[in-house]
Amino acid sequence: MIQATSQVPLIEVRNLSRAFGSRRHRIWAVDDVSFRVPHGDILCLVGESGCGKTTTGKLVAGLLRPTSGEMLFEGRNIWEMERSEFKRYRTAVQLIHQDPYASLNPMHTIYDIITAPLFRHNLVSSRAHAWERCVELFNIVGLTPPEDLLRKHPHELSGGQRQRVSVARALTVNPSFIVADEAVSMVDVSIRVSLLTMLGRLRKEFDVTFLFITHDLALAKYFAWDGRIAVMYVGSVIELADTPRLINDPLHPYTQALLSAVPEADPELTRSKQRIPLRSQDIPSLLNLPTGCRFHPRCPQFIEGLCDVQRPALVDTGDGRQVACHLVARERGMIK
Amino acid sequence: METTPTRQLPWSKGQARYALISVRDMHIEYWAERGQVKAVRGVDFDIFPGESLSLIGESGSGKTTLGLGLIRLLVKTADITRGQVIYRRNGVEQDVLKLDPDGLRHFRWQECAMVFQAAQSAFNPVLRIRDQMYETVKAHRPATRAEVNALASELLERVQLEPSRVLRAYPHELSGGMRQRVLIAMALLLNPPLIILDEPTTALDILTQRTIIDLLRALQNDLNFAMMFISHDLSLAAELANHVATMYAGRIVEYGTVNQIFYEPRHPYTLGLIRAVPTVTGGFEDLSSIAGTPPDLIDLPPGCKFHLRCPFATRRCQQEEPDLIHIGPEHAAACFYWQEVERQADRPWEEIKAPSEGDV
Repeated sequence: MIQATSQVPLIEVRNLSRAFGSRRHRIWAVDDVSFRVPHGDILCLVGESGCGKTTTGKLVAGLLRPTSGEMLFEGRNIWEMERSEFKRYRTAVQLIHQDPYASLNPMHTIYDIITAPLFRHNLVSSRAHAWERCVELFNIVGLTPPEDLLRKHPHELSGGQRQRVSVARALTVNPSFIVADEAVSMVDVSIRVSLLTMLGRLRKEFDVTFLFITHDLALAKYFAWDGRIAVMYVGSVIELADTPRLINDPLHPYTQALLSAVPEADPELTRSKQRIPLRSQDIPSLLNLPTGCRFHPRCPQFIEGLCDVQRPALVDTGDGRQVACHLVARERGMIK
Repeated sequence: METTPTRQLPWSKGQARYALISVRDMHIEYWAERGQVKAVRGVDFDIFPGESLSLIGESGSGKTTLGLGLIRLLVKTADITRGQVIYRRNGVEQDVLKLDPDGLRHFRWQECAMVFQAAQSAFNPVLRIRDQMYETVKAHRPATRAEVNALASELLERVQLEPSRVLRAYPHELSGGMRQRVLIAMALLLNPPLIILDEPTTALDILTQRTIIDLLRALQNDLNFAMMFISHDLSLAAELANHVATMYAGRIVEYGTVNQIFYEPRHPYTLGLIRAVPTVTGGFEDLSSIAGTPPDLIDLPPGCKFHLRCPFATRRCQQEEPDLIHIGPEHAAACFYWQEVERQADRPWEEIKAPSEGDV
């Protein structure tokens, strides 16, 4: 089912960067990001607000053009594609937004919302066929009873139901890749897990590959246990590894600090956690970035003359992980 | 003022007359176009000096309404239809719900401050922080600017902010985490014995959340105020609470010490909530979520309000709403089958079996 053997990854980004603002006040929201997501895989992007994870998601979904670098779909740069090819990419890659209160048109019924892409892409032959397809999709995403819900407007649905509608809408065009941007963050705790389970099922049953964007490390761990996590900091990926190792044996001081800071829903565990104190609380401004490693003003292991001078590149550690830190490179004797 | 003694709660950790605040039989309703929203339906609890109580529950469980009700900050369409909020200090008992405007102004901020959820909208956007601080103090007692500035500087330093920079700043010039810390400093201005915090860490980044949590813990240690947290985030309760109350459809359905709630939950809803939240540390865990959605507060189902989502529910639960009953030291649950919950606590959610009717 999972064809990880194919050489060309489904999604690949190479040295992707995106700037915003005028020429004088330029900020780089995404700065030289590279990763691959092979068919059937899950990659989680985690990081704090402003780290560029949503912008990366939009670049992958083709909603933003990169300022430099390439976004490849099945090995082809999407911004150099022919019209018909680009259209195929557009249907193959779908985005699920964070806010289910803003992403569904309040004037339309759920039926209108779901069927618009079906008619637009000639995926159904008649209204009866469209209705049938809606019912089918609603069963996949666990919205019951479909017949009642399809006649409703978004405001009549709960947050969890709306998010399921967003997923059903994304599924209308049989995507092979879904970018889920904080897809469960606005949903109540008690139903988050069922949404994640449903998304996980799409991966197994419909062969959907995922880019899962979240600020919540516990959710990333739960959803992508057999996938990988990339940690972003101020526009760049600073560590990328398979989930169990990233969570249990983080290499980058920022990842370590983040994991040690997460409050846990377990009193004894959370009160006995070893904390890693940072040298500063302030997240650097994108308008005035620190020299060298962007984490150096906060890093507890900062080495003067190295970390504040030279910016570490994201390099392979030799055991399948990637990390951008001078210290780790030194310890492991890696040559840059 | 002559008052009948406050009803003792069997699960309370001490005698009600030593509690800082005792809430009894509180009911709050909203008037909406569709009808009456029963947001809080008979809530009882005590908060003792220096204690921290966490109210947990999903959106629409009535926890924010309850918090606002305690300091009578509800919107006009809301009405406290019944109940008492007994506040005790220096041997004097007062019912907050019966205070006149002067008494209420004294109670708010001097006795009980609130840290609001949306740190952006809790400030006046056209006032510098030092002016907001000054106005807050001046509303309660005579004060000079120099005196307030000195006090504010000291508090800002306590919350790890630079007074010289922050006092001059307008709210929009501060980051979310800084604003939240300024709000905490403002809550402490008049040294109140009780602080209510509504989602104090929601919408903040992990490292900022950590700073706020550690700050609150240190401040409470030093100043010994009592806290009531309102949060949907279980980890905040796990971090800071002594006692936790689970709310569902306007009622407290379980009350206990933080360890009881997390390790020995006896209400099916608490059990379900705890099961639904992953932790970062450790290996992969099997989680499950509670089927269905919280009930419509305008059109509540009969019987136990959780029965439609509850794997333990029997016919009795459809007809009769259980009261919060004492089930152990400092522990109370509103479930007919709390012993059954104990028996099946280790089973996966999907494999839980409802007890047969004659079991209890």
